[in-house]
Amino acid sequence: MTIDDLSTEVLLKVEDVSLAFGGVKALDGVSFDIRRGEIRAIIGPNGAGKSSMLNVINGFYHPQQGTITYKGQTRKQMRPYEAASQGIARTFQNIALFKGMSTLDNIMTGRNLKMKTNLFWQALHIGPARREELENREAVERIIDFLDIQAIRKKPVGKLPYGLQKRVELGRALAAEPELLLLDEPMAGMNSEEKEDMSRFIIDVNMEFGTTIALIEHDMSVVMDLSDRVVVLDYGCQLADGLPHEIRANKEVIEAYLGVSHD
Amino acid sequence: MTFFIEVVLSGLMAGIMYSLVALGFVLIFKASGIFNFAQGVMALFAALTLVGFMEKFGMPVWLAIIGTILVMIALAWVIERLMLRHLVNQEPIILFMATIGLAYVLEGLGDILWGSDVKLLDIGIPQGASDWMLDSFDIYVEKLEVFAAVTAAIMVTILAVFFQKTRVGRALRAVADDHQAALSVGISLHTIWVVVWSVSGIVALVAGIMWGSKSGVQFSLSLIALKALPVLILGGFTSVPGAIIGGMIIGVGEKVAEVYLGPFVGGAIENWFAYMLALGFLLFRPQGLFGEKIIERV
Repeated sequence: MTIDDLSTEVLLKVEDVSLAFGGVKALDGVSFDIRRGEIRAIIGPNGAGKSSMLNVINGFYHPQQGTITYKGQTRKQMRPYEAASQGIARTFQNIALFKGMSTLDNIMTGRNLKMKTNLFWQALHIGPARREELENREAVERIIDFLDIQAIRKKPVGKLPYGLQKRVELGRALAAEPELLLLDEPMAGMNSEEKEDMSRFIIDVNMEFGTTIALIEHDMSVVMDLSDRVVVLDYGCQLADGLPHEIRANKEVIEAYLGVSHD
Repeated sequence: MTFFIEVVLSGLMAGIMYSLVALGFVLIFKASGIFNFAQGVMALFAALTLVGFMEKFGMPVWLAIIGTILVMIALAWVIERLMLRHLVNQEPIILFMATIGLAYVLEGLGDILWGSDVKLLDIGIPQGASDWMLDSFDIYVEKLEVFAAVTAAIMVTILAVFFQKTRVGRALRAVADDHQAALSVGISLHTIWVVVWSVSGIVALVAGIMWGSKSGVQFSLSLIALKALPVLILGGFTSVPGAIIGGMIIGVGEKVAEVYLGPFVGGAIENWFAYMLALGFLLFRPQGLFGEKIIERV
C-alpha cells in the first residue's frame, strides 16, 4: 500500500502538544495526525512518551500546551467520557481488565455507551431494558466469535493466561464500535504464535470494520508489516514521521532506537 | 424441640435485621472500596426523616416514603459533590476517615432537623405474634420480623439481578475493579458514585424502618452499625448474599449461645458472641465466607 491509497481525511490531529509532570517533560511539542482508515504506529524507546501520548488522546492526561483536533473539533484537552462517547476506545499496556468479572461481562461493559434505558427499567429488568440487554448481548457474541474466545466466555478474566487477557481487552474496546482504536503494546509479552493471531485481528479490524488504529509496539517487524505510517518519539520529542520504509532508513531513528535493539 | 426451633427462628429474624444494615455497607464497599462508617447513621437519618415527614407535615405513609427516598438521593448527590469528588485516588483510610466525619455531620443534622427525642414509627407493618404459627405449630414468631425477612429477600433478589444483569450494575462492578479502564469505556465515575450512594441510602431507609418499627426511632440506632461489622467479616465485604447469610449465622449463633451456653458462664453472651465469631474468622478465613479471595499476582 502506498500513501496515495489512503483517504486523506484527517481523523485526529495533535499539534505542539507538551505535557510535564512536575519538572519532567513527558511530551515536548509533539505534532502529528492520524488519517481515517489507517494504521498509525507510534514507536520509540522506553520512556519516550508513547503511552503519555495515548493518555492525552483519550483524556487521561491534560497537556499544558497544544491542541487536539478530533473529527474537526479543536480542543485544549479531551476528557475520558467525551473521548469514549466520541468513538475513541483503547487498550492498556498493563492490561486493565475487570478481573473479578467474566469475559462476557468485561466485553459487555464496552457496550456501556450503546445502552440507554434508564435505571428504573434496568432495576426491574423488564421491558425495553431486557430487549436492549439482548441486542447488545448479540453484538458481544459476534465479537467473541470474531476473536475466537468462545471457550472462555464465562471464565473470570483474572485467571486467564496473559495472551488471552490481551485478547479480551481488545474485545472490550471493539465492543464500543470505535472509530479510533488506541492499542498500547497489544503484543507485549506474547509468543510468536500469539503475536501472529493478534496481528491478524488488528488487520481484520482495520479492513473489515474500517476502524482507524493507533498502535504502540516494540516489535519492529510487526510495526513494519502492519502500519501505514509511523511516528517516532524519543525523550518526549518527535524524531521522525513517515512511511515504514522511510523510518527504517532514517539515520537518527536507527541511532536512537533501532540501533540499540540490534546490537 | 419446639423451644429450640423458636430460639433458632428468633435468631434468624434478628439476624435479618443485622443483614439489612450490613447490606448498605456491602453496596458501597463493592462499588468504591470505601468502608462507609456513616451507614448506621444513614439508617437513623432516613428513619428520622420519614417520621418527621409523617408527624410534622402530616404526610400519608406512601408520600412520606417517596419523600424520604428523594431526600436520600439528594444526600447521595451532595456527598458526591462535596466529599467523594475531592478525594479521588486517595488512600482508602482517608476516605474511611471522611465517612467518620460524615457520620457526625449527619447525626447533628438529624438532631437539628427532627429533634433528639425517641419517636414512634408506625407505617402499618403488622405487629405482634403470628397467630397462624402459634395455632398450627405452637411456635412464637413476630409478624414484624417475618415482614422484615420477606422484605430483605425481595431486596436481595432485586440487587442481585441489578448487579449481575444490568448495564449500571456491570458499571458498578467495573468501577470497583479498575477506575481507569472504567473511564476508558465511557463510564462516568461521578454518576456511578451517586447511584451507589443512593441505592445504599434506600437500603438504609429500609433498615431504619424495620429497626424503628421494632424499637422506636432513637439515636442508639446508629450503634447497630457496630453489630453489622461481624456480619461483614463473616459474610465477606463484597458479597450481597454473604451479608444476608452472615447476618443469619450471627443472629442464630448469639441466640442459641445465649440460651444454651449462657447459664454456664453467667449469661450476657449475646453481647460479645458476634465479635468473638468475627475474630475467629479474621484468623482463619479473612475474606469471609463469600468474599472474593484476595489474589496477589507477583
